Amino acid sequence: MTNVNQNGTPAWHLVLAWGFVGIPLAWGVAQTIANAMKLFQ
Amino acid sequence: MMTVVETQRSGGLFGFLDRSRTIAKPGFSRWMVPPAALCIHLCIGQAYAFSVFNLPMTKLIGITQSAPGDWKLTELGWIFSIAIFFLGASAAVFGRWVEEGGPRRAMFAAGLCWGAGFLISAAGVYAHHLWIIYLGYGVLGGCGLGLGYISPVSTLIKWFPDRPGMATGMAIMGFGGGAFIASPLSVWLMQKFATPSHVGVAETFICLGVIYLVFMWVGAAIVRVPAPTWKPEGYTPPVQASKLITTSDVFVYDALKTPQFWFIWAVLCLNVTAGIGVLGQASAMSQEMFPGKVTAVAAAGFVGLLSLFNMLGRFFWASTSDYIGRKNTYFCFFVIGTVLYALVPSTGSIGSVALFVLCFVVIMSMYGGGFATVPAYLKDMFGTRYVGAIHGLLITAWSVAGILGPVLVNYIREYQIDHGVPKAQAYNTTMYVMAGLLVIGFFCNLFIKAVNKRYHMTPDAETALAAAATAGRDVAASLTRKPANA
Repeated sequence: MTNVNQNGTPAWHLVLAWGFVGIPLAWGVAQTIANAMKLFQ
Repeated sequence: MMTVVETQRSGGLFGFLDRSRTIAKPGFSRWMVPPAALCIHLCIGQAYAFSVFNLPMTKLIGITQSAPGDWKLTELGWIFSIAIFFLGASAAVFGRWVEEGGPRRAMFAAGLCWGAGFLISAAGVYAHHLWIIYLGYGVLGGCGLGLGYISPVSTLIKWFPDRPGMATGMAIMGFGGGAFIASPLSVWLMQKFATPSHVGVAETFICLGVIYLVFMWVGAAIVRVPAPTWKPEGYTPPVQASKLITTSDVFVYDALKTPQFWFIWAVLCLNVTAGIGVLGQASAMSQEMFPGKVTAVAAAGFVGLLSLFNMLGRFFWASTSDYIGRKNTYFCFFVIGTVLYALVPSTGSIGSVALFVLCFVVIMSMYGGGFATVPAYLKDMFGTRYVGAIHGLLITAWSVAGILGPVLVNYIREYQIDHGVPKAQAYNTTMYVMAGLLVIGFFCNLFIKAVNKRYHMTPDAETALAAAATAGRDVAASLTRKPANA
């Protein structure tokens, strides 16, 4: 059975869509934070 | 033979882009729309990271160092300036087209312009003709920036009438975050493609162009507009307009006739001018104000930290504006900003790097917040119907600020140094000037009242506009059919 959220869109659609943009963004933010830490070294 | 219009009506290739094909079916989750918007904004946010190509592009012939015939940094600086100019121009010119044609068509066009801009620029690097890059990244890419920037705004506002600030804040946060992805990705790609006789810029442009094209077209495929009668579960739209939130709509070109539009234009321009000048000079400023304390590596970290708060501020302040109101949010920017800019010279004189950093991360959060809160401010003033198009016109404030901010910071600093002021104190006057700009912005915001009712669209005008649009399409269809029938 497909897991459907309260509005009817399958939950995996939401996970896929948010993952598609969230993973690259999280990678970029992690890189930036790693660089920013040099300010405090 | 079918004409283009007939093909569109029959649901062919172009039919997929039509607004009518993007209307969400019952049960569609509105939380699918922010990722669609982020697909666009994360890509076009690369513009903030374009400077990573500047140095390698000065060594295309010399490879290890600039050789005769290599491009100069001053010549390369124009690429970004042209792109930002065309961002504002295209957003202003195509705003109504974006609004009436729907988000998918605009996102598709934005992806095409942005991706093609990179591919043309790659050809410019291969041929070593700078004008091709001006045309590719600057003009075409700039149009992609403008179309992409405004394309999801009104759609998000329509999906989130209960939280318009948060919704647009999420998308515009992506614009701030795009550079975080583009910068390390571009450096990595250039390293991969670099050879002893080659710096790898052209190949990197090709890769980025293809990646961005695909990413943006995925966003175009995902995006949906709500059905006209749709509203969020449990949400009751206000029947009566509150003091500063209208329930009526103002036609895009009528908005230009209102003082409110120009006050908001000034508010955005002044807020951005104050922030953008500092952002561009942050690295040099931190090192010159704290000689010996802030190294070049630490300064790079400082710039990264500012970018991070620029991004986070977009979401934080725009979401906060849903609770405290747009006008109050801008009051926060102008009051807190003025105090912090006035404090910066003192942080230098007492030698407190921590206080200096604290001042600027808050300032940068409000710089980003200014961008992200303005679509909801426009929605409150002019209604949702033409908010995307009106936002497009307002973006010209950014183009002006993009020139004004850096010019102010650089020229005041030069003037100070030429008149014998030590480098550590050369920014003090600039900071007071920035604080002064924010005081002017405070008063512009103070003067913003509800739009006069005579500018509101009447039901008759709305019907007439809809009829004119339909008639226009029919005329276009008949004109297109004629040759086929002849």
